[in-house]
Amino acid sequence: MTNHWIDIGNSDCILIMGSNAAENHPISMKWVMKAMDNGATLLSVDPRFTRTSAKADFYTALRSGTDIAFLGGMINYIINNNLYHQEYLAYYTNASFILSKNYSFKDGLFSGYNPQTRSYDKSSWAFEMDENGIPKKDHSLKGPQCVFQQLKAHFSRYTLDQVSAITGTSQADLLEVYKAYAATGKPGKAGTIMYAMGWTQHTVGVQNIRTMSIIQLLLGNMGVAGGGVNALRGESNVQGSTDHCLLYHILPGYMSTPSPKWPTLADYLNRRGKSNDPMSANWWQNEPKYMVSFLKSMFGESATSANGFGYDWLPKVDVGQTYSWLDLFDQMYQGKFTGFFAWAQNPACSGANAGKNREAFTKLDWMVNVNLFDNETGSFWKGPGMNPKKIKTEVFFLPAAASAEKEGSITNSGRWMQWRYKAADPPGNAKPDGDIMVELMDKIRELYRREGGAFPQPVLNLKWDYATNGKFDAHKVAREINGYFLKDVTIKDTTYKAGTLVPSFAFLQADGTTSSGNWLYCQSYTEKGNMAARRSTEDASGIGLYSEWAWCWPVNRRIIYNRASVDRTGQPWDKEHPVINWTGEKWVGDVPDGGWPPMLTADKKVNPQTKYPFIMKTEGHAHVFGPGRADGPFPEHYEPLECPIEKNLMSAQFVNPTIKEFSTDADARATCDPRYPIVASTYRVTEHWQTGVMTRWQPWLLEAQPQQFCEMSVELANLKGIKNGDKVVVESARGKVEAVAIVTMRFRPFKIAGSTIHQVGLPWCFGWVTPKDGGDSSNLLTPSIGDPNTLIPETKAFMVNVRKA
Amino acid sequence: MADKSFFVDTTKCTACRGCQVACKQWNKLPATETFNWGSYQNPADLSFATFKLVRFREVVSGGKLKWYFFPDQCRHCLEPPCKDTAEGYVDGAVIQSMATGAVVYTGKTSKLTAAAFEEVRESCPYNIPRRDAATGLVTKCTMCIDRVENGLLPACVKACPTGTMNFGDRSDMLAMANKRAAQLKQKGFAKAQLLDADSIRVIFLVVDDPSVYHRFSVAQNDLGISRKLALRKIFRPATGLVTTVAKL
Repeated sequence: MTNHWIDIGNSDCILIMGSNAAENHPISMKWVMKAMDNGATLLSVDPRFTRTSAKADFYTALRSGTDIAFLGGMINYIINNNLYHQEYLAYYTNASFILSKNYSFKDGLFSGYNPQTRSYDKSSWAFEMDENGIPKKDHSLKGPQCVFQQLKAHFSRYTLDQVSAITGTSQADLLEVYKAYAATGKPGKAGTIMYAMGWTQHTVGVQNIRTMSIIQLLLGNMGVAGGGVNALRGESNVQGSTDHCLLYHILPGYMSTPSPKWPTLADYLNRRGKSNDPMSANWWQNEPKYMVSFLKSMFGESATSANGFGYDWLPKVDVGQTYSWLDLFDQMYQGKFTGFFAWAQNPACSGANAGKNREAFTKLDWMVNVNLFDNETGSFWKGPGMNPKKIKTEVFFLPAAASAEKEGSITNSGRWMQWRYKAADPPGNAKPDGDIMVELMDKIRELYRREGGAFPQPVLNLKWDYATNGKFDAHKVAREINGYFLKDVTIKDTTYKAGTLVPSFAFLQADGTTSSGNWLYCQSYTEKGNMAARRSTEDASGIGLYSEWAWCWPVNRRIIYNRASVDRTGQPWDKEHPVINWTGEKWVGDVPDGGWPPMLTADKKVNPQTKYPFIMKTEGHAHVFGPGRADGPFPEHYEPLECPIEKNLMSAQFVNPTIKEFSTDADARATCDPRYPIVASTYRVTEHWQTGVMTRWQPWLLEAQPQQFCEMSVELANLKGIKNGDKVVVESARGKVEAVAIVTMRFRPFKIAGSTIHQVGLPWCFGWVTPKDGGDSSNLLTPSIGDPNTLIPETKAFMVNVRKA
Repeated sequence: MADKSFFVDTTKCTACRGCQVACKQWNKLPATETFNWGSYQNPADLSFATFKLVRFREVVSGGKLKWYFFPDQCRHCLEPPCKDTAEGYVDGAVIQSMATGAVVYTGKTSKLTAAAFEEVRESCPYNIPRRDAATGLVTKCTMCIDRVENGLLPACVKACPTGTMNFGDRSDMLAMANKRAAQLKQKGFAKAQLLDADSIRVIFLVVDDPSVYHRFSVAQNDLGISRKLALRKIFRPATGLVTTVAKL
């Protein structure tokens, strides 16, 4: 989230699309209700009428996988009706930048496409520079080559006729949503988006969010209270695990994973774009301080300037190779792994194309399943269709402690790092994950010390002192993450003694005199104490920032990009909900995105001391034109890999032209296939969590939601002779599951380009281990195909058939 | 302790069923065996082991699809007919807390015969009481009187994330309910109304015809007071709230 949960209450218009907040983030509705009490409008857009839709002022449906078309139509509507926030767009975003003449877009393809590699040469996705190497700008936004005019031309193709034909949403309903949401373009008004996997889990997942980001920039909704782009995270600590580099492409704090492209630390530190504009903070230019401090944290005294602070000991990702979840299971399926730690996860049910994953486990020599309960992953060898006698995989189960049985922090969707205390001892031999890791790594290091190995340095040089009396110590780790001075360092007349915790990332050094496990969390655990454990319920801001409740990254800034919440003289657009405010001398309110003065002085002259508000962008301006993505600088509608229609109405490019396809025999696909004529989507329910490993053992929750079900329209049920409560079989090209039919008015057939298209949906929280008649995972149906930027699988739009069992 | 009431604002209910589960947890009620019967509503009905149940109802109203949620429970009537009925058979089977107004079923309900229980159930205008066939105990929502008398909110109210379930002094709850109903009317919900607010302590706010939410959302005359009970009422002086309650 750019904003945070409580801030939703400040909104004037809340769009819940690509998520089902009422069911999957129930507490969020407390703040949605608060906003509604204050007169906010709630819009719900979802293929299915959900418990969220039940609370909305307005609901409409769209066919799964057509969000870019839906939102593209909104961009077109906003521009055509001049509802955008002119000053914000012209001065805070790159809408004013002049695009290179070499940039073009034609029939679904951007310039630079190479059909052989299915990828883009992005060199033409560039800006024209002036003689100083600064992007040329047209603040009138009128020149034909400026980003805004190119945006306008691009989205002029998303007419109501086209959008309605693609999405199946009526033109009247489209207009209703566009009108209500676009009203937040008025300075002082704020609209927010609450999205989740309904947007990300598509082959155009990243561009779904890009489309909404463009809308938020057009309307001036970034950085303001009640605005932002807000990802509702699916687990309590997904934000924290991402910040600390759960994903393969990053190191802690969103620094790139090293690659042979950058053979030395110097190459690595030189890789980012430079800005020649003195008014661009280009914050990433500070990365050397963060990277060197990170390496010091990793390798301690072994990291020296002479050896590039141990840069060579970090793993490198090969150029052009991805290492996502889908890649891992594809490789495992091909027998290229011998061992697998399934830690706090259940890929036999959670992973797209779960049947492929289950088969992949049979190729392993060993698997270690670390979890609270037995699950479909650890017990795969005795699951449906498996013959235990023929499976060689040896499975070890390590019982883990639950969250309430250990101390530590959790970072919520709003980036709040909140400390948790241990409430009870774990049962039996169950251990906190940290203890398991400490013991495991101690053993590995012992083996390396004794036996050597191919490349022992990273393991043996690792600074590995996270235990106290042999047990994992959450406070030690938290201090390590924050970081400390390694030598006495004097900064601005203050000397910080070696061993002192670093007050914030502004104090980190690139010369090896500081250590920090994650620069983004530097300030979370300082000499003032454990900031995440703060519990003040005072709200000095009046807009619910609660700045002394826990701590949030970066530097306790509760609303990021907040320097865009004010006009160029530093006065808030929204006088009722000011995030920050320039007094003439300083900023008051939230921690500003840098302390520089506003862009204009009080008498409206350019202040040379200023910096542009979007400090993380090289040129300081938010990206309406986003040249960094794999699949295009502007979003474009492509059909899901499996879809019900034979033609993309927008262009000759049927599906996203840059997706990576997997090609084992388990990767069957069926698009426009009469055997699988029905669109399907998967989702969660309030009563179960993820694959249900924690909730399917809980009798009260199981009582409320006992069995796999498939929701379908009355019309489809009639067509198929299915009655409410009947057992049905749902089949895709990859697998089938049994479910109970819920025949409901909450699904309606779509009119897509003149034909009737049906859609169904199933939750993915069930599995064969328990309960006995609960059914199996709907991920047996979903395809292993992913977004080209992230490789998140497309589990929200695929094709099935449904029949009575 | 003042006279208590709930205010249940169904317009804020998201059917997360936190109340349903919190009720089971506090009251140590077992899960019943259920199956998916083509509805999210599960268990399908109140039972000996389910005092609080979120009812789901899909309807088309005013040309629009609605999904109404109704967190059903005992209404803790100001003058509970179930108490009158039960007293005809077993003294002290049903008691009413002087302090809070909670209507509480005691262990003595196990002495009610199956037929007597049927009469108790039929006398309830909201079809709430349920009997455990094994022990004969008759049960329903207790207003979490053990929590309330110790200054805590009822478990269902404590668990509610949206402000649907509210609890407090009756006058405060009535004021809150009336204010919210007026606010919704102003917002265009012409049918916004409080259900039987004058006679019960669990005041539901709905924005459509009450029967659309649940057959027993308002007092049903067809069950209501049986003939036998009516006769008994005539021959007994009205007592109101004077029956005091010993601690359970």
